[in-house]
Amino acid sequence: MSLKDRDYFNVKLERQDDESLWLKCKACSELIFKKRVRENNNICPKCGEYFFLTARERIESLIDDKSFTDISKSIIADDPLNFIDSKPYLKRIEEAQANTELADALILGSATINGKGVIIAAMEFRFVGGSMGSVMGEQICHGMEEALRLNRPFILISSSGGARMQEGVFSLFQMAKTSAVRAKLSENKILFISIMTYPTTGGVAASIASLGDVIIAEKGALIGFAGRRVIQNTTGEELPDDFQTDAFALSHGSVDRVVSRENLRDELSKLLSFFLEAE
Amino acid sequence: MKDEMTLAALREQINELRRLNANGEIDLSSEILLLEEKLRRLTAASYAKLADWDRVKLSRHPQRPYALDYIPEIFGNFYELHGDRIYGDDRAMIVGLAKLKQRTVMIVAQQKGRTPEEKKERFFGMSRPQGYRKALRVMKLAERFSFPVITLIDTPGAYPGIESEELNISGAIANNLQEMSQLKVPTIAIVIGEGGSGGALAIGVADRIMMLENATYSVISPEGCAAILWRDNGMISEAARALGLTASRLKELGLIDEIIPESLGGAHTDLQETAANLKEVLIRHLSYLSSLSNDELLKERYARYRFIGRYRILPKE
Repeated sequence: MSLKDRDYFNVKLERQDDESLWLKCKACSELIFKKRVRENNNICPKCGEYFFLTARERIESLIDDKSFTDISKSIIADDPLNFIDSKPYLKRIEEAQANTELADALILGSATINGKGVIIAAMEFRFVGGSMGSVMGEQICHGMEEALRLNRPFILISSSGGARMQEGVFSLFQMAKTSAVRAKLSENKILFISIMTYPTTGGVAASIASLGDVIIAEKGALIGFAGRRVIQNTTGEELPDDFQTDAFALSHGSVDRVVSRENLRDELSKLLSFFLEAE
Repeated sequence: MKDEMTLAALREQINELRRLNANGEIDLSSEILLLEEKLRRLTAASYAKLADWDRVKLSRHPQRPYALDYIPEIFGNFYELHGDRIYGDDRAMIVGLAKLKQRTVMIVAQQKGRTPEEKKERFFGMSRPQGYRKALRVMKLAERFSFPVITLIDTPGAYPGIESEELNISGAIANNLQEMSQLKVPTIAIVIGEGGSGGALAIGVADRIMMLENATYSVISPEGCAAILWRDNGMISEAARALGLTASRLKELGLIDEIIPESLGGAHTDLQETAANLKEVLIRHLSYLSSLSNDELLKERYARYRFIGRYRILPKE
């Protein structure tokens, strides 16, 4: 392992200098000064479209300034199946690491939200589709155990296509693993808040993300088990316009609330205050 | 398969000799014995070298025994229960009480359906949220009365449909995973055919996970995997190999406890023999699991799931 690898486990949230100053909104095509977008919670000031958030940006948008400490374990993906599709699995991992400067598809740390201590984890969709393999499963469990040990709420922000195919049944069983450890939080009255964003699907939706004591969907989230194409091919059903949207999840009772991005942090803080004794 | 035709021809030949032999004009019994031995040998060899994709096809074989074929062979007095008490009764998921060596057990099983009508009624074995909730309901019932839970897994996956999403299939599966990890009775899960991803796992969290010899268990179907990772339907066989979905591979990887042998040529060739193997394994494991206290049982189960996964640990500097 090179020294660079180690940096992946000491994630700093400070943004690297961006080379470009302008962003183009994919909805209204407006060119906007990047700094203005950042200051506006990564929401287009012109049309209100949400820009995609990296895991770093996501966590930064929710916690108190400079309160983040990386608490992840120093682990990286293995290749138990010697999986090769268009490229070898570990090559794919190395490329994702280089692109995201993360060890795998999850950032895990301790932080404060309005002064309240939490364990917080966010999935990185740019890292192999935010897929959950052995590393993410272990980090989530480690995060929950730290929440238990420190008696702090656990907050997980999902952005994932589901289980990581390249680790086969090891990935599938991470669903059971995270769910089993999650049960320990219930037993010990540790609050677990699950935030579903675009997208929360497949094996992640069908395990840890759906097990929050409180489940919040970010406005614009995609929430569902099976993909649209799979459903259409299997059933031939015409899918409703709002299918698997935040509104769909709310109206069918799958989530507690839908919250817009600019209000997420305040909502979290408010929610935490119901569960935490005043200090 | 080419082998299958050779074997069929050989079987035909043996039957022909038997008929001649029965006429009593010449004694062909030694020839018949020789051919039968050859048939056995060729069958064993042919099935041992099956490609993983062939194994998938075998696990989906139209004549493959389903849960409702095994249940009367293994258990006494199966008494089916119905409904999730909320929404409906999923016919792809069968649950009920039964006796195994005089002991009451709860059976939770997936069922595909044999005739076109039955397949439709049972959604080809694809469970919906009401099925997973029904399963959980009776598992909690079993827990209250200390009945062991035995699950028989055989599904292409959870049913992907609008209704499934409306009824929160993700939540139903997730809830089963969490609750099964804590169920205070011995639990055994056996993949008897297709172990299709989360839809299989949702009744598969148990103290023992076992597979019939030709069953498969996978994070995604080879077809789905080929479409997503290769974007090429011609790569299905390669995807099947890459996914490591056979019983023998999963045993090597330490993900399942035991492989249950099937009759030669696959479970469909001899239901009784395969069922007898299943029964022996169930009794053996249940007898051990029942000897544990609840604390020990749950501790062992927790340890099993807590440590599932393969990753590299970076050395300390």
